[in-house]
Amino acid sequence: MSTVLHLDRITKRFGGLTANDDVTLELKNGEILALLGENGAGKTTLMNILFGHYAADEGTVNVFGQTLPPGRPRSAIQAGVGMVHQHFTLAGNLSVLDNVMLGSEPLIRVRSRRDEGRIRLLALSEKFGLKTDPDARVSGLSVGERQRVEILKALYRGARILILDEPTAVLTRTEAERLFDILRSMTRQGLSIIFISHKLSEVMAASDRIAILRGGRKVAERANSDTSPEELAELMVGSRVTRPKREAHSIGAPLLAAEEVTVHLDGKPALNNVSFTAHAGEILGIVGVSGNGQVALGALLSGVAAPATGRLTLEGREIGGLGPRAFIAAGVGRIPEDRHAEGVVGELPVWENVVLEQLATPEFSTRGFVRRSAARSHAADLIKLFDVRGATPEMRISLLSGGNMQKLILGRALAAAPKVIIANQPTRGLDEGAIAAVHAKLLAAREAGAATILITEDLEEAVDLSDRLQAIVGGRLSRPVAVEESDSRRLGLMMAGVWEN
Amino acid sequence: MRFERRANVPWALAVSAPFAAVGAALALSAALIIAAGVNPLWAYLEMLRGALGSRLAVTEMLTRAVPLILTGLAAAVAFRARFWNIGGEGQFYIGALAVAWVGHDLISGLPSAIGIAVLLVVGMAAGALLLSGPAYLRLRYGVDEVVTTLLMNFVVILFVGLMIEGPLRDPLAFGWPQSVPVDGTYRLPDLIPKTRLHIGLLIAVAVAGVVWLIFARTVFGTEARAAGFNARAAEFAGVSLPRTVIGVALLSGGLAGLAGTIEVMGVTGGVTTTMSPGFGYAGIVVAMLAALHPAGVVAAAVFVATIFVGADAMSRATGVPSFIADVIVALALLTMLAALFFSSYRIRR
Repeated sequence: MSTVLHLDRITKRFGGLTANDDVTLELKNGEILALLGENGAGKTTLMNILFGHYAADEGTVNVFGQTLPPGRPRSAIQAGVGMVHQHFTLAGNLSVLDNVMLGSEPLIRVRSRRDEGRIRLLALSEKFGLKTDPDARVSGLSVGERQRVEILKALYRGARILILDEPTAVLTRTEAERLFDILRSMTRQGLSIIFISHKLSEVMAASDRIAILRGGRKVAERANSDTSPEELAELMVGSRVTRPKREAHSIGAPLLAAEEVTVHLDGKPALNNVSFTAHAGEILGIVGVSGNGQVALGALLSGVAAPATGRLTLEGREIGGLGPRAFIAAGVGRIPEDRHAEGVVGELPVWENVVLEQLATPEFSTRGFVRRSAARSHAADLIKLFDVRGATPEMRISLLSGGNMQKLILGRALAAAPKVIIANQPTRGLDEGAIAAVHAKLLAAREAGAATILITEDLEEAVDLSDRLQAIVGGRLSRPVAVEESDSRRLGLMMAGVWEN
Repeated sequence: MRFERRANVPWALAVSAPFAAVGAALALSAALIIAAGVNPLWAYLEMLRGALGSRLAVTEMLTRAVPLILTGLAAAVAFRARFWNIGGEGQFYIGALAVAWVGHDLISGLPSAIGIAVLLVVGMAAGALLLSGPAYLRLRYGVDEVVTTLLMNFVVILFVGLMIEGPLRDPLAFGWPQSVPVDGTYRLPDLIPKTRLHIGLLIAVAVAGVVWLIFARTVFGTEARAAGFNARAAEFAGVSLPRTVIGVALLSGGLAGLAGTIEVMGVTGGVTTTMSPGFGYAGIVVAMLAALHPAGVVAAAVFVATIFVGADAMSRATGVPSFIADVIVALALLTMLAALFFSSYRIRR
């Protein structure tokens, strides 16, 4: 097989950080190469260099025998490289055909060649089994369909090498399997594919060859048949990471309870008559596919949204709708679902972020003035205590990686030893090492007697951590089941909305 | 060519951005001066001489800078919290009018210092009150404050016109449309004798220090910055967004009102509908040139005042219309926006 792509000794630095360190990579014709690594290992940077979004500090990119000028996506496209980003770059108000043709036509032309475009699009869609309706508006498409449009867009521009950045991050399991079938059939038609992932199972399922990045370096390369998930995990993380185990212990008195609570978001009921009770020393897992009312539940439990009907009580006292300040004062530690949108103010330094919740308390202010040295040393303590790597109190928090940012948010929520913890998707998008750290902290808080509500779509996480589980479906909650009495079949049915009331 | 977001804007770059912007604005304006048939270097030299060439010129320039510092602070405070107060001009006039009304004979008999203090508070309160309307509409009904504050400017100026033709008309002005003057006891003392420069300059600089203190050191200021950068995260952390918006609006409106107050008490004595050559709007430019930093506001106000004051002298010497000052200041806003973009991104081949 001939080599279609050759990345030769690529090095890329961002300030003091070396994102790619002397990485060499080859792609053969008709193969699927998986680029495996934790968040921050340099996978996306490497692909952005290949595609010309970044210019490498050292090294060259060679496509079909010709060296690409650095930093020019247009040359990469012309050479036959197509990229499907993790976050789609589609215009929602335009049709599928418009999106696909956008940018591939000269700016000024009397008549757009839409008819020819349509014929080409349909031919591509037929050839690769990527079903789509050219006239459908993109905003009305599901995530899986949008991804197909992104792939078609790349193919339409003549891509013969396709790069997919974390393509399954947004897909359900069936959609992901379907995507892999499509990729497989594309390679049979002569395309070569690189996909980026940090999930071992799908790398094993879908690739011919696997290159593993760690800390910006390529640490190994394996043929799919010669390796195992265990070996890959070790190569990826550097050392073996085991998630902490939950020890059985007795649970205490009820702390946070909801009785038939309904919550409206944007005028519509998003949470319907839900009831639950979280006890001291217990983790109550709320599992479900995202989009089933988790946002409203998170808003209710963090104090942002008020119940329309029903009661939310903490130690018997009504707390629903009193606002975030009251929740914090009452001893509720909250970990938001979206750390960038809700968890941190990216432009502010680490120390201002970690004390923002408690700014008005005597610990961090006197007569309206911030006690800066107290706040800074608190931030330094949290950084040490929660093992936030590469952080200083003074740096802008947006410079931290997702995992380290999450550890700080965790620190902010847990530092005051809260009675109740609301953990909303606490490990979403984190790598194995960070997940283990987050789990350990949540379990330690459980040991210490906190009542935790864990909202997650990761079934494995829910079963690992929770004492009891409730499923969330269509804004309703199932009755709780003890985790010992649940099996995957029963949980599957619960998450599908089948339960007896 | 591509733009990459910088992880951190280097300190030197952040400071040099406004200078680059000003340089670019002057270079662009040079084209117009050439079109008017004049050597731009000569014109700029005359402009500098007019603003800085003599003791008197400098005091005139600084006198002009005082209201600009205050309206600049008003804009900077609001923009920090993403509350777009475009109504500095209206708040300036309402502050001026309130002080002329109260200061003429309503509080006569007070000692000078106390009377001045009372009037400063009255002017701030008037500006704050005026901006609380748009702030309330934004919070209660989601009405865009850009529209309401901007349109209020015209309403206020017409209201000022109504007042100075009617109840507050100065009978001693020989039919000239001017309000009754502030009682002489309550005029701001001169900073330098025999010039128009008054102690308002010290007040304005001190106020800039206070604004810096509020935003950098207090709970309210920290919360306002957080809300400005990421309202959702701030709300999640327990910051009350309505409280922040109201607080910022009162502060911003108060500062713009104070600008009008001090202009009346220090320079004009009474109110006319032409007393402001767009101080409220120029405050927006000043705030942007300063990248919303209070210390920068003082420097940027001095720059804009130099252009305004120097333009008249330049016009007399060279024949280039003094409107060129407005062009330069407007261009400086545009080039500053570009400079802010370029300093937070780096260019890659």
